[in-house]
Amino acid sequence: MVEARMVRPRGALPDVSGLLRRYPALAAMAALLVFNFLVTPNFASWQTLNVNLTQVATIVIVSVGMTLVIATGGIDLSVGSLMAISGALAPLIFLSSFGRAHEAVGDALAFVVPVVVAGLFGLFNGWFITRFKVQPIVGTLVLFIAGRGIGQVMTNGNLQVFKNPTFQFIGLGRVFGVPFQVVIMLAMVALAAWMLRRTLFGREILAVGGNEKAARLAGVPVARVKRRVYAISGLCAGVAGLVVVSINSSSDANLVGLGMELDAIAAVAVGGTPFTGGQATVVGSLLGALIIQLVRYTLLANGVPDAAALVVKGAIIAGAVWSQQRSRAA
Amino acid sequence: MNALLAFLAPGGSMRLLARAATQRVMIALALLIIFGALRYDHFLGAFNILSVLQYNSMFALTGLGMCFVIMTGGIDLSVGATAAMASVVSAMLSPYGILPGLIAGLAAGLAVGVVNGFLVTRLKIQPFIATLSGMLMASGAGLLLAHNQSVSVSYDTDFTSLGQGDWLGFPIPAWIALVAYVYGSIALNFTAFGRHVLAVGGGEEAARLMGLPVDRVIFATYVQSGLFASLAGVILAAQFGAGQPAEGVGWELFSIAAVVVGGTLLTGGVGSVATTLAGVLLLGLIFNVLNFENGMGWISLSAYWQSVVRGVFLMVVVMVGPGVSRRVAATSAAPAE
Repeated sequence: MVEARMVRPRGALPDVSGLLRRYPALAAMAALLVFNFLVTPNFASWQTLNVNLTQVATIVIVSVGMTLVIATGGIDLSVGSLMAISGALAPLIFLSSFGRAHEAVGDALAFVVPVVVAGLFGLFNGWFITRFKVQPIVGTLVLFIAGRGIGQVMTNGNLQVFKNPTFQFIGLGRVFGVPFQVVIMLAMVALAAWMLRRTLFGREILAVGGNEKAARLAGVPVARVKRRVYAISGLCAGVAGLVVVSINSSSDANLVGLGMELDAIAAVAVGGTPFTGGQATVVGSLLGALIIQLVRYTLLANGVPDAAALVVKGAIIAGAVWSQQRSRAA
Repeated sequence: MNALLAFLAPGGSMRLLARAATQRVMIALALLIIFGALRYDHFLGAFNILSVLQYNSMFALTGLGMCFVIMTGGIDLSVGATAAMASVVSAMLSPYGILPGLIAGLAAGLAVGVVNGFLVTRLKIQPFIATLSGMLMASGAGLLLAHNQSVSVSYDTDFTSLGQGDWLGFPIPAWIALVAYVYGSIALNFTAFGRHVLAVGGGEEAARLMGLPVDRVIFATYVQSGLFASLAGVILAAQFGAGQPAEGVGWELFSIAAVVVGGTLLTGGVGSVATTLAGVLLLGLIFNVLNFENGMGWISLSAYWQSVVRGVFLMVVVMVGPGVSRRVAATSAAPAE
């Protein structure tokens, strides 16, 4: 039943304002919340909210960058592997003899260096795609394959276990009771949404995705815009990698970020950003990730096995994209 | 449109460029094999050849299905999950014999292919998203059927021979892959279906205007991809003695990489079956060569280097290739003569 509501938000809520009509993701979200308040026991609690937001934060952080990439008409398959690199790098830094000797410097570097490195790998994606006119799927497939290998080689495939409260604040800390990674998530969504709407760079991103040739003729530095967008996607993946390893108190390059590229792409798609480029909504991607998460939570909380939730997730992704295409065509 | 012209006039520039790419892949494969044969004692030994063929036959099958889908301009992310689900289904039915196990596995692949084809051709969802949901559904269905565990196959029947048996000295999985590639090659080069696939990939609108059954062609490629992926899943179950619902992660992207290395363009309209096999073997042999190199004792690279090397190899292929793909793009942008 949840699924039917998701697919046809208008049918489920016939007389809502134009806001819901314009943002089907918002309507679906509302329907899900109503359903949960009525059916799921103990749904209205801080704990439920925190659990869901905590679980969704890394996906949202990655999908912020992914939204910008998809807005240019591209795609980034390398994000999961970049998370593995960043997640492998941070413990290597603060567990090194230098990091142990100068704790403050080591911890600071453990925050900055992995994110910068992931950003540079993202920049490489952008350079590769623009310099050799490679399709983004193929271009980012290179680091999808090689990136996890790089992370595994750096750690020799070993699990790095650690306990470092300063560093782990990014995954376990709280600000006024709100998990810190949720604060980061919201800040990044707000920043990206503002940038996309209000800045020249945001305009250029949409112009490149809308019609690359026209954008080039209008003087938009297409290659530079693309390079930056992939670099941003890399930075986002880098941050997400840090969050994941600090939650786990361990880093396993074989597992960190595994399958993240598809989760993030699904969130962007459900959120209403079309794959053709030229249109994008970062807040939509946040909603998309929340919807996918909430559906899974709803099913699990009501005793549906995880594997069945996977099937429903697949149906919801297809249903959401289908309904968006219909409403766009209408 | 240009692809249409290319097959109508076999001397067309696209054909020549595609042939150049084909030759390059074959030369690369030949060089790698010669390098291995000269450098390592047992590289061309029967044991090594047979085990490489036996293991890579699964990726050869998923790559073949993927190749046809990509030639229409689509993509199929569900091949790994389909293989996993099919391995579970065939393992569950393996006590009834080799044929029921095989047919059940294929039925699972057929089901996923039909769902993918429906989502793409009827609901008009982009292939990437459509097959992403197909992948999640197949993966979930496999885990549900297997209760999140691997399902042991029956050793009372001869089901395991599908993965472990030999015929005329060659592993049966390799025979299956060979037959599949012969079929694929004939289907692509000598049938209306093959010409339609390339025409649809070259320009969907143009193909539609020419009266080609575009949706039916696209639908068929997804069903075919599902069937080949499930065949790979049956082999997986038979080879390792168990249906494995969690296996197949990343197969889709590996298969895409093999198709790209094989010189098939992701824009559709150009492609070759034989070079896809060469792409699969190239990526597989890189791992093999790495193992041999470690055995020489000069270097000691962990198994983790294999993905780095594969990624770098893909990068080099793409960097060397773009001359071709860019010129192809330029020709297709030019007005048809």
